[in-house]
Amino acid sequence: MAIGIRAEDLRKTYTSPPPTAAATRGVGLRLGRRGPRQKYEVKALDGLSLDVAPGEIFGLLGPNGAGKSTTVGVLTTRVRPTSGRAWIGSYDVWNDGVAVKRLIGVVPQRPNLDLALTGREILTFHGAYFGVPAAERARRAQELLERFQLTDRADQLTLGYSGGMLQRLSIARALMHEPQVLFLDEPSAGLDPQTRLLLWDLVRRDNERGTTILLTTHNMEEADALCSRVAIVDHGRVIAIGTPQELKSSIPGGYLVRLHLAGAPPDLLARFESLPGVTEVRSPGNGGVDLYADRGGALVPEIARLSSEAGVEIRDVRISEPSLENLFLHHTGRSLRD
Amino acid sequence: MNAKAFLAMLHRDAHVARRNFVTLLLQTLFQPMLLVFVFGRIMTTSGLITPQYKSMLLPGIIALAMLLSGVWSVAMPLVSEFQFTKEIEDRLLAPIEIEGVAIEKVVAGMLQALAAGAVVIPTAWLVMGRGVQLSFAAPIQFAVLALLVACLAASVGLVLGTSVGQTQIGLMFSLVIAPMIFFGCAYYPWSSLAPFPLLQKVVLVNPMVYASEGFRSTLVPRFPHLPKTAIFGALFFFDAIFLAFGLRQFRRKAVG
Repeated sequence: MAIGIRAEDLRKTYTSPPPTAAATRGVGLRLGRRGPRQKYEVKALDGLSLDVAPGEIFGLLGPNGAGKSTTVGVLTTRVRPTSGRAWIGSYDVWNDGVAVKRLIGVVPQRPNLDLALTGREILTFHGAYFGVPAAERARRAQELLERFQLTDRADQLTLGYSGGMLQRLSIARALMHEPQVLFLDEPSAGLDPQTRLLLWDLVRRDNERGTTILLTTHNMEEADALCSRVAIVDHGRVIAIGTPQELKSSIPGGYLVRLHLAGAPPDLLARFESLPGVTEVRSPGNGGVDLYADRGGALVPEIARLSSEAGVEIRDVRISEPSLENLFLHHTGRSLRD
Repeated sequence: MNAKAFLAMLHRDAHVARRNFVTLLLQTLFQPMLLVFVFGRIMTTSGLITPQYKSMLLPGIIALAMLLSGVWSVAMPLVSEFQFTKEIEDRLLAPIEIEGVAIEKVVAGMLQALAAGAVVIPTAWLVMGRGVQLSFAAPIQFAVLALLVACLAASVGLVLGTSVGQTQIGLMFSLVIAPMIFFGCAYYPWSSLAPFPLLQKVVLVNPMVYASEGFRSTLVPRFPHLPKTAIFGALFFFDAIFLAFGLRQFRRKAVG
């Protein structure tokens, strides 16, 4: 039976600053008085709630620093929330940590493989930590090594592995104890397109066996291709949630025409807004104008006509089809890559 | 605590230690053997020090070897695994309490310290040549003492490994480990500090003093040494303090 994930009003505030160059230079002698201590406070999570259904592939989509990895940290027992609660199945993540760890598999953002062991040993020892019997460990390790195309280097230390191999081995390791919930933190970051497709295929196949999957990504295409539902996260909060289709159709008009003009006089914007099919016009400044509309290219001649009538030069036109990227932009006013 | 996961982690550490056997052996033995050779052989044979010194030195060398290998084997991997390679994550995500992972590290360190002690005794004996007289009249006392010293070494390693930054490892050795060794009564009995009354009192905060004096009290009881109740009491005390503090630090490092 597949199990779900639930998080309720998670908050995480960091009050001690991350190490800086000054703090790690060893023993520093401070002469004289220092100024008043600066208050440091960073809200990584600001009331984040989630409900992932059993057997779902759920995506957390957001830019770097949005709180995706902190969310994964909390859900996998590795980060203690300042407040709020979370459950894996019926187990409270903070109070039943050991039971939770038994159910989950985690693929970290950066490989953290055991450098003292070979690829195969990494898998078998991981299995042993989870109480998988010896013969079964060896069998599963071999199967995973084959599935992830790692058999050639299986009996070498991982120091010489390529980035893609390390990533594949990390995923194989997470699957060694057949977890019911799999967390993938930026699984395809740094992977070549071919390996990415292999990864997607593996994720889908694992999901078909009943594993609930939560992945984080800042790649729209990935969220679109894999996820049954997506939560858009920004500043530690969920700002939109739904199937990729639902989310995309929630953008007014769906299409986005991004203009870069020499200037953006208000009367020109008003005329853009009255064009048939245009649902919203925004001007973030510096001559940028975003038109949300139900059509894309067909609007361009009319835009060009209105602009030349107003004597405003068009410097750039970009048309994007309905996408999660546009949705993110619509909700936050920022592009995912900002 | 999940015994299967605990034993699997212990097995992992043993496996890695076996793989690095020669390096570990050199790391544990080389420095103590140099000391033994210079002080126990050269200086005694050349007549600079009386031959009696050999028997007095050996218990200190055992304490030294055990402490160095125990501290080193726990602290060094922890520093890099927590701060740099993050390898420890795999074990923190195993179905066992966070403290279980820390205690496994301590037990693995204790085993290494005990192995180091077991290797050093016969080797030092051989290097020093004739004239070493040890007494094995109190084997149980010796065993308990060895366990306490091993636990001390591993717990100090846990504290250092979870408190010291990667850039400060060198500093840790010159500022913490070196004074601990030189004022640890390894090369001289505590009573010989009598002409330095203040120093004699200050070194009592150094847990290594009780390790050296402890081995002296069981292996060469004819030499002056601290009272046994003080030795065992202090070792229990320091073991508990360092272990408790190390576990606390470990949790703080492990959970964000």
